[in-house]
Amino acid sequence: MLELKGITKKFDGKTILDQVDLTVNDGQILTIVGPSGAGKTTLLRCISGLEMVDGGQFLLDGQPFDPATNRDNDAVIGVVFQDFQLFPNLTVLQNVVLAPTMVLKKSAADAEKEARALLERLNLGGKADLYPYELSGGQKQRVAIVRALAMHPKLLCYDEPTSALDPDLRREVEEIILKLKREGMTQIVVTHDIPFAESIADQMLRVEPKE
Amino acid sequence: MHYVSQILPSLISGTGMTLSIFFWTLIISVPLGILVGLGMITRFKPLTWLINIYVWLMRGTPLLLQLIFVFYGLPIAGIVFDRYDAALFAFILNYTAYFAEIFRGGLQAIPVGQYESARVLRLTNWQTLRKIVIPQVVKIVLPSIGNEVINLVKDSSLVYVIGLGDLLRAGNVAMARDVTLVPMLLVGVIYLLLTAVCTLVLKRMEKHYSYWR
Repeated sequence: MLELKGITKKFDGKTILDQVDLTVNDGQILTIVGPSGAGKTTLLRCISGLEMVDGGQFLLDGQPFDPATNRDNDAVIGVVFQDFQLFPNLTVLQNVVLAPTMVLKKSAADAEKEARALLERLNLGGKADLYPYELSGGQKQRVAIVRALAMHPKLLCYDEPTSALDPDLRREVEEIILKLKREGMTQIVVTHDIPFAESIADQMLRVEPKE
Repeated sequence: MHYVSQILPSLISGTGMTLSIFFWTLIISVPLGILVGLGMITRFKPLTWLINIYVWLMRGTPLLLQLIFVFYGLPIAGIVFDRYDAALFAFILNYTAYFAEIFRGGLQAIPVGQYESARVLRLTNWQTLRKIVIPQVVKIVLPSIGNEVINLVKDSSLVYVIGLGDLLRAGNVAMARDVTLVPMLLVGVIYLLLTAVCTLVLKRMEKHYSYWR
């Protein structure tokens, strides 16, 4: 369970997030919706530790933690970026096993075995040895999801998962997210696509721009 | 033909000096260039400021002048190099500056998102650099580095000014002694051969890195 208490974030004195409180229960999906510039992505970046907060507290399973400095315990938050940010110089398989071998110190064989199983589960079975430029947008996104899952995150965050995809691929993302939910993954999805948000959400948070 | 075989040994020994300056400068300047390039993009302002002055000095004055300064100027300050070391020192200082500028550009071409995605995977800065950033930078900078490598082959001829016997100087000596342009023609051919080999190797390297885009 992830709890945010009074999270505040300012950029150059301008308050982007003002006292945000929220709770995400295990295995549930929280969607964060709102117009551009309302701070959705900023909130996600704070949760994933890419931005320092100016106030407030994060609790993971009741324990306080700081995502921005949280580097050495296993309370991992996985992130699927809007533009995926796969590593172009590495194959699909290498993208997935890089962090498990270098950070979690898994053996190459174990990491590869697990990676291949994960790729199989997201219909990427035959793509392990391709480079990112050889994949379609939807495939890249699934690789990004597999790469995050390989680190066994307690929570998986998506930034605008439908925006870089063709409209007909929206269903596919939806199915993946719901499938992961059935497997018990806690997920946070930032999107401006309200129907999409409504179809997957257990809980919706609306973020409004601050004056 | 007889004349050519007569002067060839001295030209070849000159080529040895040219190659020695070339290789050592390359081997030391490229890694140093990466380090200095990294220094240029750190947020530690005094360091970037210092490096910028260094790069400005090295790129803003002729290499010939730098050679003269290192060999004739530094002894005044009590730093004495022999001819070869002075040449190498000046070349390394100069080429590191150029390589650093090239690497800085390459480093800045890597999207912030690559660092962020490495960060959320909890890779350390060093791991990110080694596995993700440097391989991408190398591919980006290879054509520009190639340019400097070709320049270095020819720039090495400047060492004549502090009395080192490189290829050009060997040709010069023969030309003055025998009053003929033939040695210089040969010198030209040898430089062309050297740069052709460099070009070939660089093409190979670029091809090697074309397996991803």
